[in-house]
Amino acid sequence: MLLEYLAIALLLVVSTLVGLIAIGLGELFGPKIKSKVKDEPYESGMPVIGAGTRRMPVRFYLIAVLFILFDIEVVFFLPWAVAFRQLGLFGMFEMVVFIVILLVGYAYAWKKGALEWE
Amino acid sequence: MDWALLLEWFLKSLVLIFGLLGGFAYTTYYERRWIARLQVRVGPNRVGPLGLLQPIADAAKLIFKEELTPAKVYKTVFFLSPLLTMVPSLVIAAVIPLGTSFTLGGRTIHMYLANINVGALYLMSVASIAVYGIVLAGWSSNNKYAMLGGLRSTAQMISYELTLGLMFVAAILLGNSMSMVDIVEGQRDMWFGAIQPVGFVLFFIATLAEVNRSPFDMPEAEQELTAGYHTEYSGMKFALFFMAEYQKMIVVSMIGATLFLGGYRELWFLKDTFLSVDRAWFLGPFYLVAKVFLLLGLMIWIRAAWPRIRYDRLMSLGWKVLVPLSLAVIFLTAAGILIESSWFILISSLLAAAVAVAFIQRALRRKAYEFA
Amino acid sequence: MNIDFILFLVLALAAIATALGMLLSRNAVYSALFLVLNFAVVAVFYLLLGAPFIAMAQVTVYAGAIMVLFLFVIMLLGADELAPGKALPWQRPLAATLAVVLVIEAAYLLLARGAPSGLVTPPTEYTNSTESLREMALALFGQYLLPFEITSILLLVAMVGAIVLAKQEKGGRR
Repeated sequence: MLLEYLAIALLLVVSTLVGLIAIGLGELFGPKIKSKVKDEPYESGMPVIGAGTRRMPVRFYLIAVLFILFDIEVVFFLPWAVAFRQLGLFGMFEMVVFIVILLVGYAYAWKKGALEWE
Repeated sequence: MDWALLLEWFLKSLVLIFGLLGGFAYTTYYERRWIARLQVRVGPNRVGPLGLLQPIADAAKLIFKEELTPAKVYKTVFFLSPLLTMVPSLVIAAVIPLGTSFTLGGRTIHMYLANINVGALYLMSVASIAVYGIVLAGWSSNNKYAMLGGLRSTAQMISYELTLGLMFVAAILLGNSMSMVDIVEGQRDMWFGAIQPVGFVLFFIATLAEVNRSPFDMPEAEQELTAGYHTEYSGMKFALFFMAEYQKMIVVSMIGATLFLGGYRELWFLKDTFLSVDRAWFLGPFYLVAKVFLLLGLMIWIRAAWPRIRYDRLMSLGWKVLVPLSLAVIFLTAAGILIESSWFILISSLLAAAVAVAFIQRALRRKAYEFA
Repeated sequence: MNIDFILFLVLALAAIATALGMLLSRNAVYSALFLVLNFAVVAVFYLLLGAPFIAMAQVTVYAGAIMVLFLFVIMLLGADELAPGKALPWQRPLAATLAVVLVIEAAYLLLARGAPSGLVTPPTEYTNSTESLREMALALFGQYLLPFEITSILLLVAMVGAIVLAKQEKGGRR
C-alpha cells in the first residue's frame, strides 16, 4: 500500500524541483538593477502610508471557523458515502440526525448575520 | 528496491508534470485566441503559424525578467509561496486516471500514478494545502493590497471548498468508492453527470471559485486590489502563480470530468462499440483531453460573457445557496440509491435546484427595491 | 535495521525538529507554518501505520482548515509583529512539571507496554482497498455511532460560540 504513496512522494519531489529550476532560471538570466523605488511596496505609485500588514476584519475569522466545522462534516460524509449501500435506511437516518443538529447552528449563524458580508 | 518500478514512476511523474506544463502554456493560447474570437478580434497570430509559438515566446520573456524583491518582504516565505502554490497544482493530479492500462515488454502499465482508496479525500487535502501559498504570498509581501487580496482569496476558496467536498460525496455515493479509478469504472453504464446534473453544475461553479476564475476572480479585482496577492511578484515567481492558476484550471477540469463525465471512458451508449476504451486502450487519454478541452472552453466563455460578481454576493452565494443545495443534493442522491431509482435522483435534484434559483431571484429582487 | 525503522527515525526527528521550530520562532506566522509541517509529518506516521483515511483527514482538517484559522487570527490581531510579552510567573514551573509527567508517561508506555502488542499491523495491500475503508466506515457508523452523533453537538457548540464571540456588536442595519 505504501508503494502508491511513495509514487506520490516522488511526484512531489520532482515537481518541487521543476519549480525550483524555474525560479533559478529567472534568478540566473534576469537583470538585477537595484533602485530605491523598487524596494518600496507597490501601491499604484502613491506614497506608502502606514505598515503593510495591518489588522484584518473579524469576519475572516468567522468564515474560517464555519469552514472548519463544515469541513469536518464533509470528512465524515466521505466514509458514510462509501458504506452507504451497506448502511441503508439506518445510515440515512443517522446522517440526517447529524446534519439536523448542525443545521441548527447554521440557522443560528444565518439569523445572527454571520453569513452576511457587510 | 525495484528499479523498473522506480523508473516507471519517474516517467509517469514527468509525463504528468510536463503534460500539465504544456497544457498550461497552450491553455493561455487557447484562452487568448478564443476570447479574441468572442470579442471579434484576432488574438495572437504572429509568432509561428497561427501564433502557435506565442506561449513559448512568453515563457522565454519571463525568464529574462528581473526578479523584484522589495526591501520589507519576509524573504523566506516570499520565496516559498510561489512554490507552495504551484506544487500542489501538479501533485493533485497523481490520483486521476488518464486511461486504462496497456502492456509494455511484459509489464502492465496503468495510466495513473497512484490508485489509493482515499482518492477523493486526497484531492480535498491537497486542495486545502494550496490555500497556504496564496495567503502567505499576501502576508509576506508586506503590502496592504496583497494582504487583502490574499485574505479575500483564501476566504473565497475555503467557502467554496465545502461545496466542492460535498459534490465529491455525491459522486462517491453514486460510485460506491473513493478511489478515482473505481469512480470512473462505475460510469461504464451511465455517466454520473447524466444521473446527477445538478451535482455537476454545482461542482463546476465551485471549481470556478476555487481556481479564482471569473466571475469569481475577486483576488484579481484590479480596480480594488491592484493585482491581489501577487502584486509584489515579478519574473519567474509571478510566472509560477500564473502557472498554478492555469494548471489548477486544467486539473479541476480533469477532476470534474472524472467524477461526473466518465473520466477517460467513452460516452456510455458507445460502450460495446469499437470506440470503447475496453477495446482500444489508447483512446482513454483522448477522451479525457477532449472533456477537459470542453470544460476549459466553458470557463473561458464564461469569462468573456459575465462581469465579476460583487464580493458580498459571492460569499452569500457560497454560504446561503450552494451549501444548503449541496446538502439537499446529497440526501436526494442517497434517497435515490435507497429506492434504486436514477430518475428520482435526476428529477428531485432538478426541483431542488429550481427552488434555489427562485430563492436567488427573490433575494435579488428585494435587494433591488432596497436600493431604488 | 530495516527500512521501516530508518523511515520512522527520520520522520521522528523531523517531527521533533518542526515542533521545536514552532516553539522557538519569534514570528507567530513562522510558528504556525512549523506547526503545519508538524501535522504533515504526523500524517505520514498515520500512513506508516496503515491508516490512510486518518492521514488524509489529518491534512485536510488540521493542516487545511484549523491552521488557516490560526493564520487568520494571527493576521487579524497583527500578532506576527508583537514583541514577546512577559511570561506569567507560574507558567514555567507548571510547564516543567507537565513535561516531567509526560516523560514518565511515555517511559511507562515504552517500558511496560513496549513489547510488540500485535495491535498495530503494518500496512498491506488490503489497507488500500475500498473494503478496508468500508469496514472502517461501518465501525464508525455502527459501533461508534453515539460518539459520532455527539460530535455534531460539539460542532454546534463551537459554531454558536464563535458567532457569539465575533458578532457581539449587533446593531447597524437589519
